[in-house]
Amino acid sequence: MNTSQSFVRALTSPTHPNLWRGNDFALVTTPSVPTGYAELDVHLPGAGWPTGVLTEIHVERPGIGELQLVMPAVARLTQADRWQVMIAPPYLPYAPALAAHGVKLSRLMLIRPKTLTEQLWACEQALQSESCGAVMLWLDQTSERIPENALRRLQLTAERRDVLAMLFRASRASSCTQAALRLHVSRQENNTVVRILKRRGGGIPAPVALDLHKTLLRRPGAARRETFEQNPATVAPVFVTH
Amino acid sequence: MLWLALHFRHLPLEVFTRGTRDPQPLAITSGAETGATIVAANRPAQTRGVSAGMNVSAACALASGLHTIARDTAKEHATLARIAAWSLQFTSLVSIAESGGLLLEIEGSLKLFGGLNKLHQHIARGIAELGFNAHIACAPTPLAALWFARAGVAVRVQHQDALRHALEKLPADLVCDTINTRNLLDSFGARTLGDCLKLPRDGLARRAGQRLLDQLDRALGMHPDPRLPFVAPQTYAATLPLPAPVAHADALLFAARRLLAELCGWLSATGHGVQCPRFEFIHEKQLVTVITLELASASRDLDHLTTLLRERLARTELPCAAVEIAIASGRVTPLASRNLAFLPDSASHEESSSRFVERLNARLGANTICGLTPHADYRPERAWRACRPGAPANVNENAIASPATVPPFTRPLWLLSTPRPLRETGAAPQEPDGNPLSLLAGPERIEAGWWDGQHVARDYFVARNKAQSLLWVYRERDITARWYVHGFFS
Repeated sequence: MNTSQSFVRALTSPTHPNLWRGNDFALVTTPSVPTGYAELDVHLPGAGWPTGVLTEIHVERPGIGELQLVMPAVARLTQADRWQVMIAPPYLPYAPALAAHGVKLSRLMLIRPKTLTEQLWACEQALQSESCGAVMLWLDQTSERIPENALRRLQLTAERRDVLAMLFRASRASSCTQAALRLHVSRQENNTVVRILKRRGGGIPAPVALDLHKTLLRRPGAARRETFEQNPATVAPVFVTH
Repeated sequence: MLWLALHFRHLPLEVFTRGTRDPQPLAITSGAETGATIVAANRPAQTRGVSAGMNVSAACALASGLHTIARDTAKEHATLARIAAWSLQFTSLVSIAESGGLLLEIEGSLKLFGGLNKLHQHIARGIAELGFNAHIACAPTPLAALWFARAGVAVRVQHQDALRHALEKLPADLVCDTINTRNLLDSFGARTLGDCLKLPRDGLARRAGQRLLDQLDRALGMHPDPRLPFVAPQTYAATLPLPAPVAHADALLFAARRLLAELCGWLSATGHGVQCPRFEFIHEKQLVTVITLELASASRDLDHLTTLLRERLARTELPCAAVEIAIASGRVTPLASRNLAFLPDSASHEESSSRFVERLNARLGANTICGLTPHADYRPERAWRACRPGAPANVNENAIASPATVPPFTRPLWLLSTPRPLRETGAAPQEPDGNPLSLLAGPERIEAGWWDGQHVARDYFVARNKAQSLLWVYRERDITARWYVHGFFS
C-alpha cells in the first residue's frame, strides 16, 4: 500500500515530464537558447528560445522591440561561428548597435528577396543549411497571401536541425499556425510586454513586462528629461559632442 | 596487368544525341554529298526501318521527318579524348586505341575502388551519366580486352590461363584488317579466333602476313603490346551540339549536366577544383548567352554545380532556343581530396557555409544578400557598410563601436534608410498624425562630415510617442531646426 501511494505521488508530481495536468505548465525538455531575460525564461519550455521548432512572434508594429528581444540569444549564437540570417527585415538593422549587443557582424547575413516565394525559399534553405544558427524571417512585408502549407513546411524543415527559427508577423495574422511557440509583443508604458499565446507543455502564463531600455534611459542626459520636455530648445546639449 | 576496355559502338550518333532526353528520328550520314549512306541511326529512326548502309534518300523516303547530320569525326575524336580525360580519375594509365576505344589499366586501382565489381559498376554508371553506351570488358592484355569489348562480350577475364579459352570463341573478323584477309580466313573455314590459332603458324604467316600472327600473339600476351598513355589537358573546354533547338531550361540543364559530369571527372583526375566555370548557350542567329558561376570556394561536386546552374538558368532569360552548349573550366585551383569525417567537423562546416551562400547567390542574385560591417564615422547613416557576407571585419571596426566613444545601447537596432520628417509645433516634435512626442534622453550632438561635403549637425534625442514606442529623433542644427525620426529602439 505504502509503495503504491508513493508511486502515485511520483506519477502525479508536477515535475514528471510525461504527465500533463490540465492547467499546469508541464516540464518539457526541449533544446533551447537562453533568451537573456530571466523573467521570460521561466515561462518558456526549455527555459529559452526553443531550437528545432518554429517560433512565431506577433508584433503590434514592425520595429516594436522584437529585435531587442531576440538580440541576446542571437549575440550568443554568433559567437558559435554560424550564420545568423535575417530575411526581409522591415528596416535596416543598424550595425554599430548590433556590435554593441555583442553580435559578431561577420556572421550576420541580410537577405532581402523581392517576392514572398523567394523569402520562403531563402528561409527554407537557411533552415536546411548546417551553417545557420538562427533564421529570422519578417513576414507580411508584401501584400501576397502566405500559402497555407508554407509555414507547415518551414516547421518541418526546422525540426530536422537545431536551428533557432523566428518568424515575425503582424499581430493581425491568423491565430492558428504550426508554430510551436507563439508570442505577442506590445508596448505599455516604458515596458515591452510579452504575452505567450501558445507554448509546448500548455498553460498560458500572465504577460511578462520587460524593460528592454534600462541602460538607454538611465544615461546622464536622461536624468534631466523633465527640463527637456518643458523646453528642449533652451537647454544646451551636455552630452558628447563630436 | 589488367586492362579494361571501353568500346563506344554508337559514338558517331551519341556525339549528337547525348544532350537530349527524348530524341527525334535522327540518322548520321557518311557525308553531305549526294549518294551518301547512313552510318548510324537512333532508335526512333530504326523503328521506322532506317538502318546503317542505307542510301540517304531511301532512308528519308522511309521515315518522313528524318533528321540527318553528316558524321563529324573530328568531334568524335575530341569527345573520345574528353572521355579519356574523365576516366583518368580511375587510373593513371589511360590509352586511346586506334579503333576508337579506350583502354584503362586498372590493376593498381582495384584495391582503392573496392574490387573489380565495384570499379566496373562505378565506370559503367559514370559512362551512362556522360550519356554514352559502351561495351566494357576486362582482360590481362589490352588487345584482348579491346576485342572482347568490340565483340560486345562483357567478360571479365582476370587470369592469363583463362584468356586463351575465352579468346577462342571470338569471331575471326576482329583480327582482320582488310577485306582480303577476311576472305582468306573465310576460305580456310576459320570463323573464330580459335580456328585461326589451330592453323599452322608458318603457313598462316606466309598467306595472311606476319601482322596477323603478331596480333594474335599480342592478344594472348606472348608479345609485348606497349600503349601510349593519354595525358590530360591543362584546361577543359567542350561543346555539345544539340540535335534540335532547345528552349526549355530543364532540357538545357540535362544537356549541360552531361558536360558538367565530364568537367568534374577531369577535375578529380587532375586534382583541381573549379571556381568560375563559364557556360555559353549558343542560339540560332549567332546569339550567345553567357552564364558564369561565381563560387566562393573551389569545387568539383557535380550535384552542387548542377544546382547552382539550375538556379541561374531559372533566372536567366534566353532570347531564343539554343542549338549548342559550350563549357569552359575557367580558372582552376588545386583542390586536394579530403578524408570524410564520421562526425561533422570544421572543414565540412566551412564547406556547407560557402555552399549556402553560393546557392542564395545563384537564385536570388548577389545584390540581394549582404553582410554588415561597421565603419568608422560619426554620422549614423555612414557608420555601417554593406559587404560580402562573411567578409573579414573592417580593421577600423573598434574605432567607433568602442565604449570610450559611444556608450553602449545608445544606438537603435533599427535605422531608417532615409530619415522620416516629423511635424513640429514650437520646439516639440509631433508625429505626422499630430500626437506630440516626449523626449526622454538627449541631446547627443553629432556634428561631422564638414570635410567631405556631407556635413551633418544634429541633436539626437530618445523620444516616446503615443503608442509607447521609443524613437531616435533628431533636430537639424540649422535655420530650419526640422525634426526627423532616424531609428526605432522599440
